[in-house]
Amino acid sequence: MFDNPALLKAVFGRLTLESFPYHEPILVGTFAMVALGGLALVGILTYYRLWGYLWREWFTSIDHKRIGIMYMVLGIVMLLRGFSDAIMMRLQQAIAFGGSEGYLPAHHYDQVFTAHGVIMIFFVAMPLVTGLMNFVVPLQIGARDVSFPFLNNFSFWMTTAGAILVMMSLFVGEFAKTGWLAYPPLSNIGYSPDVGVDYYIWALQIAGIGTLLSGVNLVATIVKMRAPGMTMMKLPVFTWTALCTNVLIVAAFPVLTAVLALLSLDRYVGTNFFTNDFGGNPMMYVNLIWIWGHPEVYILILPAFGIFSEVTSTFSGKRLFGYTSMVYATVVITILAYLVWLHHFFTMGSGASVNSFFGITTMIISIPTGAKIFNWLFTMYRGRIRFELPMMWTIAFMLTFVIGGMTGVLLAVPPADFVLHNSLFLVAHFHNVIIGGVLFGLFAGISYWFPKAFGFKLDPFWGKMSFWFWVIGFYFAFMPLYVLGLMGVTRRLRVFNDPSLQIWFVIAAFGAVLIAIGILSFLIQIYVSIRNREKLADFTGDPWDGRTLEWSTSSPPPAYNFAFTPVVHDLDAWHDMKRRGYTRPLEGFKAIHMPKNTGTGIILAVLSIIFGFAMIWYIWWLAAFGFVAMLAVTIGHTFNYKRDFHIPADEVIRTEGERTALLAGAAQ
Amino acid sequence: MSSSVVHENSATPTFYVVDEHDHPEGGSTMFGFWIYLMSDCLIFAVLFATYGVLGGNYAAGPSPKDLFDLPLVAINTSMLLFSSITYGFAMLTMDKGRIGATQAWLGLTGLFGLAFIGIELYEFSHMIHEGATPQRSAFLSSFFTLVGTHGLHVTVGLVWLTTLMIQVKRYGLIAANKRRLMCLSMFWHFLDVIWIGVFTFVYLMGMLR
Repeated sequence: MFDNPALLKAVFGRLTLESFPYHEPILVGTFAMVALGGLALVGILTYYRLWGYLWREWFTSIDHKRIGIMYMVLGIVMLLRGFSDAIMMRLQQAIAFGGSEGYLPAHHYDQVFTAHGVIMIFFVAMPLVTGLMNFVVPLQIGARDVSFPFLNNFSFWMTTAGAILVMMSLFVGEFAKTGWLAYPPLSNIGYSPDVGVDYYIWALQIAGIGTLLSGVNLVATIVKMRAPGMTMMKLPVFTWTALCTNVLIVAAFPVLTAVLALLSLDRYVGTNFFTNDFGGNPMMYVNLIWIWGHPEVYILILPAFGIFSEVTSTFSGKRLFGYTSMVYATVVITILAYLVWLHHFFTMGSGASVNSFFGITTMIISIPTGAKIFNWLFTMYRGRIRFELPMMWTIAFMLTFVIGGMTGVLLAVPPADFVLHNSLFLVAHFHNVIIGGVLFGLFAGISYWFPKAFGFKLDPFWGKMSFWFWVIGFYFAFMPLYVLGLMGVTRRLRVFNDPSLQIWFVIAAFGAVLIAIGILSFLIQIYVSIRNREKLADFTGDPWDGRTLEWSTSSPPPAYNFAFTPVVHDLDAWHDMKRRGYTRPLEGFKAIHMPKNTGTGIILAVLSIIFGFAMIWYIWWLAAFGFVAMLAVTIGHTFNYKRDFHIPADEVIRTEGERTALLAGAAQ
Repeated sequence: MSSSVVHENSATPTFYVVDEHDHPEGGSTMFGFWIYLMSDCLIFAVLFATYGVLGGNYAAGPSPKDLFDLPLVAINTSMLLFSSITYGFAMLTMDKGRIGATQAWLGLTGLFGLAFIGIELYEFSHMIHEGATPQRSAFLSSFFTLVGTHGLHVTVGLVWLTTLMIQVKRYGLIAANKRRLMCLSMFWHFLDVIWIGVFTFVYLMGMLR
């Protein structure tokens, strides 16, 4: 059968032995590492008989807290992959001078910068942001779960399926060589005939379904599931930003879905949307993808703003300054996020008036953002500030983000942008706001809510190590890129001729090494904290003297979050409860109605990986199988009407009794 | 939530709900499904915009005047509009709890939907037969994608309708099934609205181009 090419093609599509990059030493080495690590992990899980536990308690769980934690794990694992890409690029650019070609061949280097962007945005920042929202929002609004718990599990697994497809491209075939937004005509079949762009398309489509549904879910949760008394203007600020972010997700991700579908039609069917002939228009793609892409950056930054608001207020021991203006600023940013997309391609040549419009709307965004910065500063003013780790990240954010914001306003001026478009100045700018804003925010959020999730604090020493290496490393890595960008160096270059530029790239590479130590310190921090969890334990459930409802329940919270649904009278509900002499109820517990776990989400995700993989490699029979199987499982799932159960009152009494004992122990 | 009385005047107000009842399942379903529909609407918005930009790019190929058969499209439109009316009757009988009548109206809706899909497929195959394939020009690419995506939605609606008819037959008009029928109803009428847009924007205005 192996000498019949037609049969081989029917069975394997375009997948051949040559598709496996066994002739590339870097990839073979990586594969060996990943395979050994994976085997070790499987071995450990099997040895300690953890598979059943993981399946029952985590993989099939529809508890928003567990799903949130799984999102965080996914984001942190993918951060390691995305960062390896980053440090490979920095090394390549630092040595490819004076006739040296560096160590990465062009086709590999192009995949690395594409994968870096795609992974960092879709599979690091998005899961971390979604994970925090998933964990925190229902607790902050006094709910027992999200509106659609099964959908939540399904969303997580679809995101993971997308991440797995991207990882597969490392060892089976290749990834896109187009840059992270895959502009046509380069990404069309004529210029990218290989599987790279197809991996890109299917990974993002599958993950995109997860993101969209999770957006719908959280909007419905925030609108419909708030505790009695919690009016919109009593909503914690993080929940407000989560609401705006999820509205943005619902309003932006369908555009991505549609534009990627059109690109796939061009590639698979031969239509002419973005081709150069038969009336196609590649600039349509650029417009459409940025109509998604610009809101996307606000999807990432708004929850970070929410985290900073919670942290500033908690660690200054004061109510947030200008709550109302904070809410309005968030909403204004949400709306403006849709009116600025064209600033990503002023050089397209839309004319002076169109460019001016988008330049001005872009500059206007700095007004609500500036208002937020002042609100945080005034919250700190005359507060009793505790310089715990989350607060340190917040202050580093305020300093760093202001620089990024100013370079952003600079880029918003169309004539200036004509000089700086696609230069390293731009690269420095968006890393400045994404690292200095989103990532610092996520680290603040992780160290702030970690004790809530696990019942013990993170180790402060290694946290501070991570903090200083990250912050200093960031400045070393990206300030040189501003300089290089002003000197006219464009992005995505692999080799350089001008030796005077090298020193800046070496400094940037040094910064990347510092960041690597920062990431390592973060991992050590988690390890050390788990080892010292007895010493770092918190039994009160309120280790920071918090102000919002999530701190009113135990750490980690019970499956049902709150034995009794809280009633809210004031903004900062928990602070209000503590101030007005709230006593924890010790009796009268009742059975609690909760949704049941289900494995359907993970099964559908596995089938979607099979479907995506088959589409990428043109294995049509397998694609058809995957599609029909997904349909069958989905329909089958709707025949299951018994989706809920009651946590018996005895179990609630026992859980709450344990907490009473812990609280009594902590008080002594 | 009837018990959540707030005593603003007393020294320590109530901070939790004492005698809470089970929340009815699916309390947010209608709202959530509505949000989902709006996101679906955005997909159509992108396809309409694409058609708006590329719809005049014939690439020396056929134009709407050469291709569209308005009487046929009018019949097709009436099929879909009738199916919306019959679905409305299905919902009315569902409210009265009459399973047989509900099933009959749902079945009729499905038949109208099938007729719509059949006529659309006939139209497509006729165009492709004449050489007006999706690959021929950007106009045809965007035409087939916009109209085809709507047709695909109707097909999904038909699969959903069939599933629900089986579930109604097996489990009766229980609350969960009523909620599902309501969601499908929103979906079905939504597709009708989209089709009005397609009919006006693509077919009628196409003839004026």
